Amino acid sequence: MKIVVLIKMVPDLVEELSISPSGIELDTTWLRLKINEFDDHAIEQAILLKEQYGGEVTVLAPEMEGVDDALFTAAAKGADRLIQLSGKFDNSWNNHALARAFLPLAQELQPDLVLTGVQAHNDLDGSLGPLVAALMGLPYVGYVAGVTVSDGVATIRKEYPAGLLAEMEVILPAVLGIQAAEQPPRYVAFSKVRQSMKTTTLDERPAGESDPQGGVTVEHMFQPETGEGATMLEGDLTQVTDKLVSILHELDVI
Amino acid sequence: MNQDVFVSIEHLRGQVTDLSYGMLAAARQVAAEAGGEVVAVLLGHTGQHLAQGLAADRVLSIDHPALADFTSEAYIQAWSYLLREYNPRLALFGDTSIGADVAGGLSIRMGLPLVSACQVLLVENGELLFRSQICGGKIMAQGKLPPTTALVTMVPGGYRAEEARGEEPSEIISLEAPPLEDLSVRLKEYIEPEISDVDITKENVLVAVGRGIQNQDGIELVQELAEAIGGVVCASRPVIDQGWLPITRLVGKSGGQVKPVVYLALGISGAPEHVEGIVNSQVIIAVNTDLAAPIFNVAKYGLTCDLFDLVPILVDKIRLSRSIQV
Repeated sequence: MKIVVLIKMVPDLVEELSISPSGIELDTTWLRLKINEFDDHAIEQAILLKEQYGGEVTVLAPEMEGVDDALFTAAAKGADRLIQLSGKFDNSWNNHALARAFLPLAQELQPDLVLTGVQAHNDLDGSLGPLVAALMGLPYVGYVAGVTVSDGVATIRKEYPAGLLAEMEVILPAVLGIQAAEQPPRYVAFSKVRQSMKTTTLDERPAGESDPQGGVTVEHMFQPETGEGATMLEGDLTQVTDKLVSILHELDVI
Repeated sequence: MNQDVFVSIEHLRGQVTDLSYGMLAAARQVAAEAGGEVVAVLLGHTGQHLAQGLAADRVLSIDHPALADFTSEAYIQAWSYLLREYNPRLALFGDTSIGADVAGGLSIRMGLPLVSACQVLLVENGELLFRSQICGGKIMAQGKLPPTTALVTMVPGGYRAEEARGEEPSEIISLEAPPLEDLSVRLKEYIEPEISDVDITKENVLVAVGRGIQNQDGIELVQELAEAIGGVVCASRPVIDQGWLPITRLVGKSGGQVKPVVYLALGISGAPEHVEGIVNSQVIIAVNTDLAAPIFNVAKYGLTCDLFDLVPILVDKIRLSRSIQV
């Protein structure tokens, strides 16, 4: 079975985000990127499927800061091929542009399954999966937490609110937006990642020009008003815990 | 192109979702300021009764066995037909497991612009603007909607469902379904969650943990606090995905909508998908070492100390307080 995983890097939210002087985009000076968490789940799900059914996993990513690490980590987990789209992925690249850039490569690989994270927190023009699926003329199901494959059909579990699941059958080839892999993304020791840097080739293909048609233009980016915000309880641990206990008393909780 | 706003009515297991009403409220506000009608789109099978209580000018209802339950392909085909026929100004979808599966496909197939994570639609100087919430709730992105039929996926929070519930639509029009064939996606069955665990949506005191809890041992510590306080432990998504708590304890977009008297959020950043589930809490108390965490925007009280330092001391004091009372 041939599986292609599409991943991308996104702003690390642990760091403080700031808006660039232009007022329409994030300031990238100190911006740290990390792999989109749901794409990490997509990699894990792909590896699990390979372990169960055999086949080959190819991971595709745009050239962004830190992507080498993410790709070689995927290889250390069991991905067979790594392909990087080379180019300058600045703010003119939205998901529509990225989907169009992935398209020729994804088609060339003739996958049975394309997996990608169901969404990324910096998505503004919809998530990547449905766009790639439509470009490839393939069916798409998102919010997937669980995949099995048999006779050219994937049986997936789709998540709805309040713990409700829908079990669906999807005729392959298809694109799936992964919400959660069947187990949390596995840990690999950095020594294994270093090892894969020596043994796995990182292929490069040019991304070409960005075609963001279908997205929208941001004219104003800002940090939300915090409204009244929380009353911060100050003091040492003794003082704040006393305050908490008294708040809980007032609310008749204790 | 007219100025009408089409709204995708999402329904699951015979219930219209709250977000659908929120989107109708958004549509009504836009239509009031920019002109046009609010058109609710109901796709389903023998489900026309769901049209009642939708505050729209018109309901377009398409009834077909292939639409009985949501599947992406059938919905995309039905919507492609509607957009071509009616050419509205806007089509609103939920940024959900239903809407997000459809909007992207429509954008590519029909060459229409798509904006997601939209919380509010604005009308300024006759132009329509989107305001979306991204990056875990830390960033708002705003811009003009292109002057062509625009697709928007919406998140909760910008409008109140009550504003669009209860009134009867002026007209319910049944449309014949376009051909819905060669569908590659088929529903087999629904799987309901096990109800053997507590129902967090009925609890009055919730102690919630997020990524900041770091590992399973942290859960045990918080369990002690929950017991001392007379509450129940619940969690945000990352904790559930790690398997540290069952899915029945999940609070947020994919989990439960809770309404406790006290929601004590420990090590939770306050991303929109989680905040969705807690907005009806009476008092939210948040503990997070990151002063910029969005949770402090919705909490009444906040602390930036380390939860691992705080919790043991808090447990002792609560136990002491209870024993003094007795």
